[in-house]
Amino acid sequence: MKNENDRKRTFMLITIPILALFICFNTIPLIRGVIYSFTNFKGFGKYDWVGLRNYMDLFTDGRVGKSYLFTIKLAVVTTIVVNVLSLILALGLNSKIRAKGFFRGAYFLPNILGSLVVGYIFNYFFTYILPALADMAGITSLDTSILASPNKAWIGVMIVCAWQAIAMNTIIYISGLQTVPEDVYEAGGLDGATGWKQFRYLTFPLIIPFFSINMVLCVKNFLMVFDQIMALTKGGPAQSTESISFLIYNNGMSGGQFGFQSANAVVFFIVIVVISVAQMKFSGSKEEQL
Amino acid sequence: MKNTSKAFKANKTAMVLLILGLSTIIFPLYLTIVIAFKQPSEMTTSISGILSLPKTWSLNNFKEAMQVTDFWNSLRNSMVISVLTVVLSVLIHSLMGYTLGRNKKSKFYNFVYLFIVSGMFVPFAILMMPLAKQTAELGLANWFGVILLYVVFYMPMNVMLYSGYLVNIPLALEEAARVDGASTWRTYWKIIFPIMKPMHATVAVITALAVWNDVMTPLVIMAGSSQNTLPLAQLNFQSQFGTNYNLAFASYLLSLIPILIFYLICQKQILNGVVNGAVK
Repeated sequence: MKNENDRKRTFMLITIPILALFICFNTIPLIRGVIYSFTNFKGFGKYDWVGLRNYMDLFTDGRVGKSYLFTIKLAVVTTIVVNVLSLILALGLNSKIRAKGFFRGAYFLPNILGSLVVGYIFNYFFTYILPALADMAGITSLDTSILASPNKAWIGVMIVCAWQAIAMNTIIYISGLQTVPEDVYEAGGLDGATGWKQFRYLTFPLIIPFFSINMVLCVKNFLMVFDQIMALTKGGPAQSTESISFLIYNNGMSGGQFGFQSANAVVFFIVIVVISVAQMKFSGSKEEQL
Repeated sequence: MKNTSKAFKANKTAMVLLILGLSTIIFPLYLTIVIAFKQPSEMTTSISGILSLPKTWSLNNFKEAMQVTDFWNSLRNSMVISVLTVVLSVLIHSLMGYTLGRNKKSKFYNFVYLFIVSGMFVPFAILMMPLAKQTAELGLANWFGVILLYVVFYMPMNVMLYSGYLVNIPLALEEAARVDGASTWRTYWKIIFPIMKPMHATVAVITALAVWNDVMTPLVIMAGSSQNTLPLAQLNFQSQFGTNYNLAFASYLLSLIPILIFYLICQKQILNGVVNGAVK
């Protein structure tokens, strides 16, 4: 019995300080964020309660609406591009090739590099190299920097996000492909399942759990995109590439919209939770069917 | 036999495509290296002027870039923050993961588990403004505050990993030690902690990579402290390079070198760690 008490007491003594730390730097700021969202706080000085005014203004604020549209467009397109390319890459890297370890190591490299510096390098590429190459090839639509065009700048952001995310998703797909036993292909081969058919009806259903992981990772990361925006466009040109996180940082921290952007952050939080829960429900039901 | 010859044919196409694909990774790195070593006078407007190899491989750009970005101080800050965060994460998160994983039947601990793990859904965007205020009020607007915040931010993920891993460790091990009269605390450090070594590696790798490359937390918290991490120094000194891209690229390359060395040495552990962290 003495042992049992010791165990209980130890567990409690471990939990209390760690939980307190968590509450102090996660729960309390979260609650404070929600409280600020009902005020007209500028980040300094006095402030008043404004009730739901910030939330009503959010829905009529053109800049906020634009940032949601941009972020969602970026997240959807990048997620599709990244998953298609990394599946192809994973199939290639999992096939019978020489120097497998080298290739896998090399293709993972972009993921370990800091996205801010990667963004700066690509910024130079889009500003100077790509236009020069397009000029040489006679493609006039690309002979100015894509980052300077309000219609095309998002493509630049997309490419940089994809360049790093493909590395991550590929190794997750590879570890998925390795769980598919060889005899599945042999049995499928006898039934005439080769090439695309083999992938569509044998390989892909078996790696759906890994597909779900990648979808969740991608959507969450791209919705929160920040570093790449800082390095490539700073939200421009003409506010065409302001992601939600960037707008909250930019206008909330230094733009005097502390209260208003807090409301924006609360809505963003709810959006993230809804999307994450929906994704988990969806992928959970898909896995059960198999 | 027929099967293997077929596979061999397929692999040649795959090899060629993979080698071609590699250029998308090598080209940006090549670009970084050649520009970092060149002098501004070598950068003629034509594309060949930019992409050709430098005339001399001088380290002058790097020396100057180190001064402009206060490289050694930033490197030291990044190292201190990363190492301490990893050590604290392994110690604290494993302890919490153990406690919560071993008390799944208790309503209280189950609630604490869900409470902490659901922290994964909280985007930094909603925490950043209140945290900037709070850390300033508490005198934590410095590297120490950043470490504390990292320990909190990565807690949901790491606690989930640890308590999931605990399922593989039989209770009998602890019970045997308990019969011998060892306290729970002692048993944890002597028996359970060493057994969780594979998970420590995973947690260390994913936490280290995330912390090393993070921009937002130090940007929001340390802005007033005149201290920089490597990424923060890049952000803060970017404007000082003006149009001297050679200097800028030298500083980019400098800030990439530490993580590249780390990757060359522990590539296998990093790949395993990242996959384990995501798949579990």
